[in-house]
Amino acid sequence: MVRFIVRRLMQMAVVLAVLSILLFLWLKALPGGPVSAILGERATPARRAALETALGLDQPVYVQYSRFITRALQGDFGASTGVLPGEDAFQVFLIRLPATVELSFFAILVAIALGIPLGYFAAKRHGSPLDSGAVVLSLIGVAVPVFFTAFLLKYFVAVEWNLLPVSGRQDPGLEATRVTGFFVLDGLLTREWDAAWDAIKHLILPTLALATIPFAVIFRITRAAVLDTLDADYVRTAEAKGLTASVIRRRHVLRNAMLPVVTTIGLQVGGLLAGAILTETVFSFPGIGDALAQSYREKDYAVLQVLVLAAAAIFVIVNLLVDIAYAVIDPRIRTR
Amino acid sequence: MRAIRKLASVAVAGVLAMTVASCAESDRGEGGEGGGEGEETTFTFGAAGAPEMFDPLYATDGETFRVTRQMFEGLLGIKPGSAEVVPELATEWTSNEEGTEWTFTLRDDVTFHDGEPFNAEAVCANFERMFDQNEAGQVAAEYWGYVMGGFANAPEDSLYQGCEASDEYEAMVTISRATSGFPTMLTLESLSMQSPKAMEEGDANGIATEGEGFSFPDYAQNPQGTGPFKFVEYDQATGAIELETNDDYWGEAPASDKLVFRVIPDESTRRQELEAGSIDGYDLPNPADWPGLEEGGNQVEVRDPFNIFYLGLNPEANPQLKDLKVRQALYYALDRDQLVSTQLPEGAQVATQFMPSTVSGYNSELQPYAYDPDKAKQLLKEAGAEGMTLTFAYPTEVSRPYMPDPQQLYEALRTNLEAVGIRVDVKTASWNGGYLDNVTAGKYDAYLLGWTGDYDAAFNFVGTFFGNLKENDFGTEVMPWGKQLADDLQAADAIVDEDERAAEFERINQQIMEEYLPGLPISHSPPALVVGGDVEGVIPSPLTAEEFDTVSVGGR
Amino acid sequence: MGASSYADQRKNRIDDLAATSVDDSAGVSLIVSAWRRLRRNPVFLLGLTITVLFVLLAVVSPWLAPHDPTSPLLLDKVRPQSNPVPGPEPGFPLGADARGRDLLSRLLVGSRQTLIVGVLATVFGLIGGLVLGTLSGALGGWIDSVVMRIVDVMLSIPSLLLAFTIAAMAPRPSQTTLIIAIAIIQVPIFARLLRGTMLAQRNSDHVLAARALGVKPAAIVFRHMLPNAMGPVIVQATLVLAVAIIDAASLSFLGLGNPDERQPEWGQMLGASQRFIYDHPHLAFYPAICIIVVALGFTLMGEALREALDPKSRR
Repeated sequence: MVRFIVRRLMQMAVVLAVLSILLFLWLKALPGGPVSAILGERATPARRAALETALGLDQPVYVQYSRFITRALQGDFGASTGVLPGEDAFQVFLIRLPATVELSFFAILVAIALGIPLGYFAAKRHGSPLDSGAVVLSLIGVAVPVFFTAFLLKYFVAVEWNLLPVSGRQDPGLEATRVTGFFVLDGLLTREWDAAWDAIKHLILPTLALATIPFAVIFRITRAAVLDTLDADYVRTAEAKGLTASVIRRRHVLRNAMLPVVTTIGLQVGGLLAGAILTETVFSFPGIGDALAQSYREKDYAVLQVLVLAAAAIFVIVNLLVDIAYAVIDPRIRTR
Repeated sequence: MRAIRKLASVAVAGVLAMTVASCAESDRGEGGEGGGEGEETTFTFGAAGAPEMFDPLYATDGETFRVTRQMFEGLLGIKPGSAEVVPELATEWTSNEEGTEWTFTLRDDVTFHDGEPFNAEAVCANFERMFDQNEAGQVAAEYWGYVMGGFANAPEDSLYQGCEASDEYEAMVTISRATSGFPTMLTLESLSMQSPKAMEEGDANGIATEGEGFSFPDYAQNPQGTGPFKFVEYDQATGAIELETNDDYWGEAPASDKLVFRVIPDESTRRQELEAGSIDGYDLPNPADWPGLEEGGNQVEVRDPFNIFYLGLNPEANPQLKDLKVRQALYYALDRDQLVSTQLPEGAQVATQFMPSTVSGYNSELQPYAYDPDKAKQLLKEAGAEGMTLTFAYPTEVSRPYMPDPQQLYEALRTNLEAVGIRVDVKTASWNGGYLDNVTAGKYDAYLLGWTGDYDAAFNFVGTFFGNLKENDFGTEVMPWGKQLADDLQAADAIVDEDERAAEFERINQQIMEEYLPGLPISHSPPALVVGGDVEGVIPSPLTAEEFDTVSVGGR
Repeated sequence: MGASSYADQRKNRIDDLAATSVDDSAGVSLIVSAWRRLRRNPVFLLGLTITVLFVLLAVVSPWLAPHDPTSPLLLDKVRPQSNPVPGPEPGFPLGADARGRDLLSRLLVGSRQTLIVGVLATVFGLIGGLVLGTLSGALGGWIDSVVMRIVDVMLSIPSLLLAFTIAAMAPRPSQTTLIIAIAIIQVPIFARLLRGTMLAQRNSDHVLAARALGVKPAAIVFRHMLPNAMGPVIVQATLVLAVAIIDAASLSFLGLGNPDERQPEWGQMLGASQRFIYDHPHLAFYPAICIIVVALGFTLMGEALREALDPKSRR
């Protein structure tokens, strides 16, 4: 097991190193960048050249890369030029990460709370109107672009009916104390209940929008898994033995159906980052996804680079954790 | 067995939560919240982007300046609601006859936010600090470099030559030559006065490059000025910047106790936040939103236009453009009246020259080139340029005060040009993703660009465009009159007498439009600012340099 | 092994589909029986109707559109403040956009570019997948391991994030970069699918028979294995098309779409409507509803086909 983890981590290091080179070269080849952003209309060839020299952009690419990697190994990833100007790009990632983690956590929670019961009942009444209705609903969930769902929620709930905040993570007027960077948790820890409640209110709409993706998947997997187990020999046997429905449900159907569902949930976490780009942009929710879209718009290549690398690292780590969790849950895997 | 395991995990979680909780203390001020009658008044403004930092010397963008403007003041100020220069930290200023030695008489009742006194020594310390920049500082101190031309390492290039405290409240600044820009340039936000002691303690000049950006010293996160508001904090996790009243302010106390700037990158979200009442205003609302905003009970404050939007031409890129007839033909082909009425907000004007009417040196006798497609076709025929191909570019992902939606404006102009038989080769790039690079590198025959004035000086417009022969976006170097124009502009800038200078710029403006026509001035657009219905005291500034000390919410 | 589990999930779905290529109950009767079941499936019929209508619309829309979708016919009615988006009037049932162009015509003609983006992205993805999948499935050995390793890595990254990254790497956004970005994220799906069908068929009766008769390996692959793979490929392509159309709209929303408004496309119209979304939400609603309906159509049809081909669900 340990050897397996170590090997995977080493693979990850190699993948990230290769990715960083490719990314660096590619970004270097793109037109524009910080010089234009800083100079704007006042750009002249001479001023441009002076700035390029100062920023080391006139050096050959391999020199620039070796400088970048040397500094990066010392924890210095280059200053952001657009998202949080002047801040180190990795720092930008750290500042924005808790927002996305918080959002993803609640989105998964909502998706589970809705997806599993709905999937279970749809399977129990296989072929009934409830079943087809739920299936079509989940397909609509797939067909409606996330940003449109998000926009509709924002437009009606926040703007027209004024029930919830439009954007952001927390009302700055509350002057909440920061401890962990997870605003809801911070509010609870410091007993600033209003701050926690305000953070939750800001989370509701983005959470609902983002949850549509994992909801559809979790629903579908639950339904399929329950259908499979209902059909399985041991359930038939249990029924033949005359066990009550509730006992069968608890002991046999749910427990066995949960295995694929649990892994799905773990796996969806990685997929949420993609949805977060769109959701966070619509709600100006200051997380990783918003930073990613903004760094592209503003050609903040330092941040774009760090975020793509970090996203890749997160996927590898999440996948590794899921594999480990899977091995723990399902003893059959361990022997492999 | 399973139950026990469950219990154990609950216990572990509980202990963990308690440990964390015990080290998490609220650091809110006691009794600060929920206070009834003594409640603080706050003006919250929606910002489009995060500020770079808070040292105006190194700032380059409007988002940063909007915040620093509330905390800092210059020797000279601008009268609210105009572009007119008025006394601020200096009460009066005089120069010697050559216009090279300037004596500033200072206010004697001013202290910096950190309690340090403001006097002539502090003024000179500021000038010396701005002048003496390291390699990174020389490029970061963008506006100083732009108006002064150089730094301490190459004093021969610099307009600024020295500063001397001739009395406790009298400072003398020496410059290398007379120019219309001085002392007007001291109204620039970047050249504001900052506390010398705080700058020294915070290593204000310790700027460095980090990757492709700059890393700023501690001082830039804790700036000390003389203005009506003081810096409190910048919470990067929520993108909120908080300022509070400076109780020792020399002028009238601000109308609000607190200013908060909230970063909301998406424009439609800014609007929705305003409608929801969680912010009190934001800058540059989309003209299409103006009526809706007003219906919603908000106030759209339209500024006087202080900008120029033009269609740039580059004869270096396309030799056919060297012919005046071709350039005139392009100008006659443009239906600018329709463009202004259908694509630009109310209050926009058709331009007759490369500067707005409020700048001294504006020639009010000039008439706009009329829309005359037939004449355009005929001129093209005479020049033998019928069916010419024009590489015509516009920027994406940007909105400027003079060009709210480049693509829409482009579409209108392209249709006009195609109507007279010109083949348009469409080029596009994002604003800072290659567009500006290509414009300065002369890669486009024609392009859309513009300029918002920094201060009231004709040279800040036409001088920027054509005053530098070697480096300008109009390729005037290849034109026979290019050198003459640049020399004339430099000479006019050095005229000390204001009326004489204005007359000379008027003459040059006429010559530019009638004989040279290096580019095609299109329009001047009024940028707007929107605030909620209960906000009072906003004075829109043509320079988009609003000061919020007079602003209050709900008449409190 | 190293294969990540997020990928496993997507792989399982693909592999199940691949397995349907070997059903020795003989090709023709399979399709016939599938059709018999599909004919009575309301979900399939709904999806089919939407899809057929959409394709028809894309083909005939230039003749159907009342006006030229690119000429600013109502431009003189546009006033940036008082009337930024001209409303409906005789001859212009949905009004115009901010450039005075007829909205209905743009929506109708937009179906064509939308279909083109979706189909081209899918076709290029399919071609890429076909080459990689056939190569590794037919040749096996180290080529197989290398190709599948790359495919696994790509499958482990959420597709929209990958598409965003690829599109963001282009010097400037255009329709081509949009299509390429979306095509690339489809390559691993088709590669895995085709490799799966190759492997599944390797030991099936008809391939063994052909091999025994001395048919050349290339001929076996092209004449016997690939035709059998068509069923699963068509199913997958239908599902992928829906995703491609949604992803194209998402990228347009993020500013990575085709900026040339002379080629109206629903995703692009949706992206451009953001400026007016507050006071004139209809500019966003119309293209969004079109996208949703079409994506739903392809998804319903694809899922129904998938279920019909899946031996497990045939009970």
